[in-house]
Formats: sequence, structure tokens, C-alpha cells
Amino acid sequence: MRAVITVIGKDMVGILAKISTECSNHNINVLEVTQSILQDMFAMIMMVDISKSDIPFTDFADMLDKIGSDMGLSIHAMHEDIFNAMHTI
Amino acid sequence: MLNARDILETITMIQDENLDVRTITMGISLLDCCHSDVDVMCRKVYDKITRYAKDLVKTGEQIEKEFGIPIINKRISVTPAAMILASCENRDAVKLAKTLEKAAVTCGVNFLGGFSALVQKGFGPGDRELIEAIPEALSVTDHICSSVNIGSTKAGINMDAVALMGKVVRKSAELTADRDCIGPAKLVVFCNAPEDNPFMAGAFHGAGEPDCVINVGVSGPGVVRAALAKAGDCDLTAVADLIKKTAFKITRMGQLVASEASRRLGVPFGIVDLSLAPTPAIGDSVAYILEEMGLECCGCHGTTAALALLNDAVKKGGVMASSHVGGLSGAFIPVTEDAGMIHAARCGALSLNKLEAMTAVCSVGLDMINIPGDTPAEVISAIIADEAAIGMVNSKTTAVRVIPAIGKSVGEELSFGGLLGSGPVMPLSTYSPAKFIGRGGRIPAPMQSLKN
Repeated sequence: MRAVITVIGKDMVGILAKISTECSNHNINVLEVTQSILQDMFAMIMMVDISKSDIPFTDFADMLDKIGSDMGLSIHAMHEDIFNAMHTI
Repeated sequence: MLNARDILETITMIQDENLDVRTITMGISLLDCCHSDVDVMCRKVYDKITRYAKDLVKTGEQIEKEFGIPIINKRISVTPAAMILASCENRDAVKLAKTLEKAAVTCGVNFLGGFSALVQKGFGPGDRELIEAIPEALSVTDHICSSVNIGSTKAGINMDAVALMGKVVRKSAELTADRDCIGPAKLVVFCNAPEDNPFMAGAFHGAGEPDCVINVGVSGPGVVRAALAKAGDCDLTAVADLIKKTAFKITRMGQLVASEASRRLGVPFGIVDLSLAPTPAIGDSVAYILEEMGLECCGCHGTTAALALLNDAVKKGGVMASSHVGGLSGAFIPVTEDAGMIHAARCGALSLNKLEAMTAVCSVGLDMINIPGDTPAEVISAIIADEAAIGMVNSKTTAVRVIPAIGKSVGEELSFGGLLGSGPVMPLSTYSPAKFIGRGGRIPAPMQSLKN
């Protein structure tokens, strides 16, 4: 099972490090990372494999949400299927 | 492979443009709860609903979190209550309403629909008792929604029921006058009521439905409006295409949620209702879509044409995105639940006459409209008859949900809170249809009914 983590907000040092540390703490493998700067807003998209994760996905999503609000970023972790459903026929 | 632009588009839709699944509605048949003793029946009703729907809210919340898509309401619809009430020797409809309320609270759902009767051709056993109990039932419960089908293309319009419903709507408002007349906000009078509608207040679980089913209603006026805003000055063919593409995406999401909910709950998937359902939140308005198309204010000349385009494009886009489409499927135009409609009604751009014309080209009908508190019952009946005639002749669903603002007159406001919103009292014609309504009888089914 794969999920998509998106981080949107003001660029700062250590965003990628922080999120990937959380992933590795819970045995979540990072498959792919793309990041770009859109009008001085930082946007990072991570594809991760959550099939061997040691916590329920909803708890992991909550945790990232909290990290996001602490760092002033908007972080979402969503099941990959939602994007596949909306953007592929 | 997913690309970054698509992913960010979805995130923007959810975060900034109010994209959500409006409701997961579990339809439950109560036909096997019939019993000659109302107390035994009520116990069976409570047990069945709480057994079937015990995980509905929890599952909805889980899907919401995993997929990151807000699911605003979790609801239940049941067999029209009049059908099971018919089996009782002591037909205490209010007791049944209180039982349904208790079941709704136990399950934690936002609303339970199906305190309903289908009387398009005449009153069956239990129908009259149920209809007469509606005002009290709605005043002593918070989560129960009621609907009555008084006409259809096949059967014509039952004008005795229309006359009765005028009184019922008025009395519902009087009994809840201390709560901004909330009673009739939970009561819909239908022509051609769909049996699988997941939206309130008109949801019920029709007689032809399976024992239990999951229906999903999508939303997303904000997304459509944002897409149009980004498109700039294109012609109306391009506008229609853009709405279709957006509706497709919205509906795919609804279909995903529906099949996921159905799988996790072990209940068959029924339909996805392709509706643009507004909320009072800024940016989640159908009226603003029409204004984005180029109307200065919703309600001006051109509104009906713009709405017809919108309604048709939503269906065309949505229909390929879902395996089963049903319910009401179209754009909703509830006045008090739509920030743009509220604005248009307040500034006088939107009149009841215009709304009536709009209902001929979109789903539902005169919805969530506050009318003067001194409106006589026969005028309410005549509003219902007009709307039912539009539905009957055009083979479509129409409905009336008007709220007599007891003690208030044109320009004053009622506020219901939550998704039901607020809005001004709108003026009506003051000439009397009393004699026409007093005639009773049935308006015969039109030629359109003879399709065989």
C-alpha cells in the first residue's frame, strides 16, 4: 500500500530530514521525492510505502499533521488511491 | 505514475476550494420490523438500525483520515415510516419518530431520513396518521427528517394531500416558532421522489431497495467555480467542457469513497448522487458559479440558462465516473444554504418566481426558502402544487421545502445554524388560491405518463 505525503509552506532548513526521519522511525520506506519552489512557497511530494508501517496509517497522518502545525507547514498524508481515482481513467 | 501537478490540484481542491464528500448514507429496510403492537415494532426498529449502522460513523471517519478527504455527514435513511406504521393496531407515529431519534443518537449520525409517506395516488393505511403527526414529530426530535411524495408523472398529483401538506408545513413552523421555525426545514414535499436519494431532508429507503445499501452524495461547487475562474474568458462550450471535467474528478472521488465504505461495512454499494450541494461557507456556493459564468447577480435574466448548462454538464461529467448513478443528481439551489443565494435574496435580485423557473432545469425545487409568517396554509399548498406540476410534466423530481417565519415578515431573517444556514423572508403573491386548493381531488397524470 502506498501513500502520498505533501508538504506545502515556507521553505526552511530540515523539512525533508524531519519527515524522512518520521518515516524511518515507523518503518515507512520513501520511494520517491520531488520538490519544487512555487512562488517562494516550498512544495514537496513524497511517495512512500506504508505496507510495513508499525502504526496505523491514520495515526501516522495525525502525527504529520501535528508536525506541520508546529513548523507552520501544511502537511498531508493521503492514500495513493485518491489521486489515482481522480486523475486517471 | 502520478505527477506533482495532479497531486497539488487535489490538495488545493480539498484545502482551499471546499471539496468534500457531502454524505455517506446507509439505507436500511424496516419492512421486517412490522408488528401489530407499536411497542414491539419500535423495539425491532431500534435494534435493527443500531445493529446495521453501529460502525457507520467510525468507518466514515476512518476513510476520511486515510484518504484525506472530508466526509461531512454520515446519515441513515429508512423505509418510509408510514409503510411499517400500517402494520400496527395502535398507530402511534410520534412514538416511532422518538424511537428513530434514539437510534440516530445511538449511532451518532447527523440525520435520519424516512419519516415519510408516499401518497401520490391516495392515502394508504398509516399514511394519514403519519402525515398528521409530522409537526409534533419534528418538534420533539432533532435528527429526524420527513418527506411526503404527493405527486408523480405516472400518478398525477394528489390534491387532497397537497391541501393537507400546506397545513402540516404551517403547523410544523408554529410548533417550533421558538427555535427559528426549524421544523419545516426538516420536511420536504416531493413530486417524483427518488427512492435512493442520500441527501436530506428528502432521503428515504424505497420499497424496491435491498435490505441495506450505501449511497454517497458528492459536493464541490467551490471546485467548479475555481476552475471557471482560472479558465478566464472562454465561450460557453468551453465552460461546459470544463465543468464536465471537474465533475468527473469530483465524482471519481465519491465513487472511491462509496466503494471503500461499502467494502469495509460489508454492505452493497447503491449509487453515487452527482449533485453540486452548496453550504453556507464562503466559496461553496452554486450561485457564485452562475455569477462566475458572467451574471452580475444570481437571479438576473440569464440565470435559468446558466443553471441549465451547469446542471447538464455536471451530469455528463459525473456519469462516466461512477458505476451507478442515482438519487437527485443535479445542482441544488437551497436559498438559505448557499452564501450567493442568500446575498441575491437579500439584495432583491432573486425572487421566488425566478427560483420556480430555475427548478424546471435543475434538481430538486423550491428549497430552504423563508416565507412570511402570516402565509395561509392554502398558499403553501398552492406553492407545492405549482412545483409538483413542473415535476410531473417534465418527468423530473421537484420538491418544496419552505419555512413560514412565524411572527416575521418580508426582509426579516431566520437563522437555523450549521448546514441549514440562514436567510431573509421572501415575498409571495398575496392573491388567494383558496378555492382552487379547496376543490381537492386529483390532477390526472399527464400524457407524458403514457410511455408504454
